[in-house]
Amino acid sequence: MIAIFLTVVLTENYVLCQFLGICPFLGVSKKLNTAVGMSVAVIFVMALATAATYPINKYLLVKNDLEYLQTIVFILVIAALVQFVEIVLKKFIPSLYQALGIYLPLITTNCAVLGVVLLNVESGYNFAQSMVNSVGAGVGFLIAMVLFAGVRERLEGNSIPKALQGFPITLIAASLVSLSFQGFAGIVENIFG
Amino acid sequence: MAEKTKLGKEFTKGLIKENPVLRLVLGTCPTLAVSVSVTNAIGMGIAATIVLVCSNIVISALRKIIPSKIRIPAYIVVIASFVTIVQMLVKAFVPALNDALGVYLPLIVVNCIILGRAEAFAGKNPVLASCFDGLGMGVGFTFALIVMATIREIIGSGTFLDGIDSLTALFGATSFTGFTLFSNPVGVMVMAPGGFLVFGLVMALANRIAEGRGKPKAELDGCSGCPMAQTCAMAGGEESCDNKAKEESAS
Repeated sequence: MIAIFLTVVLTENYVLCQFLGICPFLGVSKKLNTAVGMSVAVIFVMALATAATYPINKYLLVKNDLEYLQTIVFILVIAALVQFVEIVLKKFIPSLYQALGIYLPLITTNCAVLGVVLLNVESGYNFAQSMVNSVGAGVGFLIAMVLFAGVRERLEGNSIPKALQGFPITLIAASLVSLSFQGFAGIVENIFG
Repeated sequence: MAEKTKLGKEFTKGLIKENPVLRLVLGTCPTLAVSVSVTNAIGMGIAATIVLVCSNIVISALRKIIPSKIRIPAYIVVIASFVTIVQMLVKAFVPALNDALGVYLPLIVVNCIILGRAEAFAGKNPVLASCFDGLGMGVGFTFALIVMATIREIIGSGTFLDGIDSLTALFGATSFTGFTLFSNPVGVMVMAPGGFLVFGLVMALANRIAEGRGKPKAELDGCSGCPMAQTCAMAGGEESCDNKAKEESAS
């Protein structure tokens, strides 16, 4: 369990090592507080999506030999779930809606959420392992976002060659952050191996 | 004749002027993940193009039937159906590619290019124009992938077109299995940091060229490229999410 968690947070970080959820990573990481808000919403949706899709997959799709429908069913479940959560939060917990609500619609088409659900199935995790993996993926996303938001705030005041200004320099900064995460490779295997 | 040139324009705009990856900054995740080898890039490009063209045609044909309030879920269902079909075809005919692309094949569903084109073009334009738009965008996507993959594969693995026989086997040719250029490659280029780095540099080059022609450079301001921007509470029309979120936090 701990090994799964640490692997997905550090050595196989979804954003920096597996390229899932790059759009929000590059788009929303300009300011620290939006980065944190977005990440918390992602953790929340990832956990919910896994909790909802695991039983559907196990008791509905696998039982009836309908695994080929996974992609369609999962994306619909995630889309419906996000809408539902948004409505419920708006009605019952407006303070939480204020904090997370604006990020929720964005998450529907976030490939990290669909990715984590599909990878859970692919790796053959049981329910508890799937949940740990999903929350871990979300925490990894949070760490990557927060670190990168810090890097970007530093970038803003610097003079950058004209052609590299804006998006290219952001990518090069992401490359360096990602390089530092490569340093974690092998740590989990060495501790738990 | 006028009709013909218009369709030609829908096609060619996706190649360079509105290249989905390099100009519109859409579909960054698959671009970074799949561009480790040229074979993967070609395979992914073809798969995404098929889905893009088919879903554009169907969505455009149904554009008057789908109520605008639930159009996003409706688009997603159409796209997911085609992705499933492509996924099953790839599994059956090119299993090596299926293994190489892994989870990124089903993830074509959430590729912003496809939903973005459905929202921005196919939902508003006739079938034939949408078909050409999809084709152009698909080829533009494939082109950008191949550019990135060529750089990364040559530097990172020291090979070119490695494993291409898994694709050409479909046409009965298996003798050509790619070049091996040198034996001490810079491995980091095929890992995650290399992907970001090469994408950044290619992007800088694209901006430089665009600037030379007096075009504005590709911008990444929050959700401007995101297909959900219209429906998203954060985007609020023209504003980017960053601005909106800033206002929210300020108030």
